[in-house]
Amino acid sequence: MSQLFPYPLLIIFLIIMWLLLTSFSLGQIIVGTVIALVAAQGMAALQPAKPRLKRWDLLLKLIGIVLYDIARSNIAVTRIILQGNKRKRKSGFMTIPLNLRDPIGLTILAVIITSTPGTAWLGYNFAQGTLLLHVFDLVDEAVWLDLIKNRYEYFLLEIFE
Amino acid sequence: MSATILFWAITFAQIMLTIAMVLALTRMIKGPRAQDRVLGLDTLYVNSMLLILVFGIRTGNTLYFEVSLIIGILGFVATVALAKFLMRGEVIE
Amino acid sequence: MNHVADFPLWMAWFVAAFLIIGAGLTLIGSFGLYRLRSFYDRIHAPTLGTSWGTAAIVLASIIYFSVLQSRPVFHEILIGIFVTITTPVTFMLLGRAALYRDRSEKNPEVPAMDSPKSILDELKLMDKPESVYLESGERE
Repeated sequence: MSQLFPYPLLIIFLIIMWLLLTSFSLGQIIVGTVIALVAAQGMAALQPAKPRLKRWDLLLKLIGIVLYDIARSNIAVTRIILQGNKRKRKSGFMTIPLNLRDPIGLTILAVIITSTPGTAWLGYNFAQGTLLLHVFDLVDEAVWLDLIKNRYEYFLLEIFE
Repeated sequence: MSATILFWAITFAQIMLTIAMVLALTRMIKGPRAQDRVLGLDTLYVNSMLLILVFGIRTGNTLYFEVSLIIGILGFVATVALAKFLMRGEVIE
Repeated sequence: MNHVADFPLWMAWFVAAFLIIGAGLTLIGSFGLYRLRSFYDRIHAPTLGTSWGTAAIVLASIIYFSVLQSRPVFHEILIGIFVTITTPVTFMLLGRAALYRDRSEKNPEVPAMDSPKSILDELKLMDKPESVYLESGERE
């Protein structure tokens, strides 16, 4: 069973995507299912590391928090751009040590940090486990450190480790 | 009444997205460095994708959605290839 | 615009508001890209257009076509998902490429490369007894 359906979430997502791109009819469901199964076999042939999610409920909560944070930092960055040079603004690099080692958790952290306006992920040092960020409005380093460590990394550690 | 509201909203959105495209294009031409130009090109792609989505709303034709999806995919591939080129100077290693 | 003659008024306001918000955020993002001084500042600006700029226009499109065709039309959500997944990849690659180029030109404004340096430091520490031994050997 698990050999025929190696990645159930991926298969469901691909079928939904196929139906959205074409139309909702029985024929398209059959074609979409066949394509999704073949694609899942191809994915299994690549042998990626299987994510081990421990807490589904926290994942949904994290998505909510991230959407709220993106909206909030959209407003903040808009204000800074429109204010121009009237306000003194300092932007700069900062290094953050991370306890998170799970590759998929790090990927999700990278997506969160990059898609939030105001922070950009520049590099991750595997040997030391440190993250290099560029922050648009670096008024207080402690605030950003607290945001990354206690708001995002805490959840990702709970979900994956 | 609702047709008037929609007409003006769509027109304003199109004007704003066109100005955004001109700004991104200016950054792409001005540079000063290669990474600025690539960032300008990526923004240009995203803006044109959104412009075509708004154009689809104007005409009421869902076909424009697929055009905009293709532009998005092309923009992603182009930017990744260019960023890879900037990293080492070669696309294929 | 004849096909929208019987569009509900309050829905029209919704669509119009989302369109203006989305296009406005994209415009502000591109304006920031045009005006900010350094590359690392500029990389923050277009994320306005790729986060809520895209989301608002996609929402406007979903509401508009759902009302127009009197059935749920939400294939535009694919554009939203697609942009959310691809933007971090492109911006991360661009940021790393810029950092690599600045570091190889020894630009003082960017932080120095840390991992090879620390590896070199460790090697130096490991080399020390040997080099002392060699030096003493040469003296003899």
